[in-house]
Amino acid sequence: MISIHSVVFFILTLLLAPALPGIINKVKAFFGGKMGPPVLQLYYDIAKLMRKSAAYSQTASMVTRLAPVVIFFSTLGAALLVPFFFSEACCRFAGDVILMAYLLGIGRFFMVIAAMDRGSAFEGMGASREVLYSALAEPAFFCGLLVLINETGDLSLSGIFSGLSTELWRQNPAIMLLIAVSWMIVLLTENARIPVDDPNTHLELTMIHEVMILDYSSKDLGLIEYASALKLWLFSSLLVGLTITAGAVPSYLHIPVFMLGMCAVAVIIGCVESTIARLRLIHIPKFIVGSGALAIIALILKIAGN
Amino acid sequence: MNSIATLLALSCIFLLGSSRLLMSIRMVAFQGLLLGILPLAAAGDSHLSLALIFLSLASIALKSILLPWLLNKAMVDSGTRREIEPFISFGASMLLGLFLLAVSGWIVDKLQATEPVPSPVTLIAGFYLVFSGLLLLITRRKALTQTLGFLVLENGVFTAGLSLGSEFSVMVELGILLDVFVGIFLMGIMLFHIDREFDHLDADRFNELSDLEIAASPDEEVTE
Repeated sequence: MISIHSVVFFILTLLLAPALPGIINKVKAFFGGKMGPPVLQLYYDIAKLMRKSAAYSQTASMVTRLAPVVIFFSTLGAALLVPFFFSEACCRFAGDVILMAYLLGIGRFFMVIAAMDRGSAFEGMGASREVLYSALAEPAFFCGLLVLINETGDLSLSGIFSGLSTELWRQNPAIMLLIAVSWMIVLLTENARIPVDDPNTHLELTMIHEVMILDYSSKDLGLIEYASALKLWLFSSLLVGLTITAGAVPSYLHIPVFMLGMCAVAVIIGCVESTIARLRLIHIPKFIVGSGALAIIALILKIAGN
Repeated sequence: MNSIATLLALSCIFLLGSSRLLMSIRMVAFQGLLLGILPLAAAGDSHLSLALIFLSLASIALKSILLPWLLNKAMVDSGTRREIEPFISFGASMLLGLFLLAVSGWIVDKLQATEPVPSPVTLIAGFYLVFSGLLLLITRRKALTQTLGFLVLENGVFTAGLSLGSEFSVMVELGILLDVFVGIFLMGIMLFHIDREFDHLDADRFNELSDLEIAASPDEEVTE
């Protein structure tokens, strides 16, 4: 049953998601000794984009027009399945973890074919890289989930994250730490952040995510920008749910602690982006496979421990 | 003990992916340090004996200070390039490493079906160190990195032996340490001589040493 709580927090998620990139940018600006754009910049950008009319390339087919809508709604669908730290998600059923991962996968698939639809060589390169890196990041994400499913004995995201407790951290600190670090790397990879991809780069040869949306304008771009902010929010909230564990916090502190946790994730991402240079393209697979290694070691530790 | 085994496995993944010789040597030194602590962790507080502490200190001194220093010296003296030159790409060797990790997990799982192992995670780490040592031996081009692979292999044997909970006598372990020391020492001297003789440590090019005349193919003879 859908509770009022879940719906309220789902709407809250939708409203707050674009603020996360704003916090990251503020942290980066702080490191650079600048004022930086306001935290709410992405809201202004999206509002501006929504008022404009779109321009399409002559080679573009209907895929290009369809893709932003698919990306937007598949991400929205994934958001319906992700629990809001302590409250259940709007939808839960056994195995929704796979649906959540592959709803995001559908979004990615459409972004990739739309990038190849427009006949630009740069966008094709970006698409190829995106597919390679997300294929490498997927096992890491699922191995981590497998361990958590094994720990909590529940197959739905809501069940897994309400089943996590500080007890698990006390019993198996190594396993939980490995998963947290590997998910952090997955988060950076999936959301096109440094060291895998640079969200601010303006050289087509080095871009991954940005190059794929290069030809979009107006409402389409707005939808995609919003969807990527929402995706960042979802991955961050999974990470917060994993590290802080809802059971450890008294219920009246749930919302403040969760918000602080999300800010902390944004600050960590900002610090990573300010202190680490983007990796060379040939070194990126090593980095992502490394996160898979962490998750697989966690899995082996878990299996051997049983 | 499990966390030490985890760190050992992680250091192996790092070794497989690292492209810098100096970092690799330091990583092997770190493995030596972990291996020094491992017997103490395995014995627990109750069985701590003077001989054990001596063994652990000797192992740390040898594996994480003396041998890395020796390898470092060999590297600097021979003037080898700092990059490692693998036969297969780093990404591929890391993926192979993950596969080997799964294989070692599978082997230990099979072993446990016949007889329970006191510390399965450490045994997995031991097997994994042996496998990745072998992988390092066969996929790296330089004689120096092959020495590192040999060291990792030996570390793996040590870890596996420890995880089986066998009563190990200090004399035997000291003997093995001495063997390893002499082995690496000889390798160091050999590296030095190889370098003086041929100006490089590229093991791939040593096949030119072969005494056998390589039979020229028929059409080459025609052209000559």
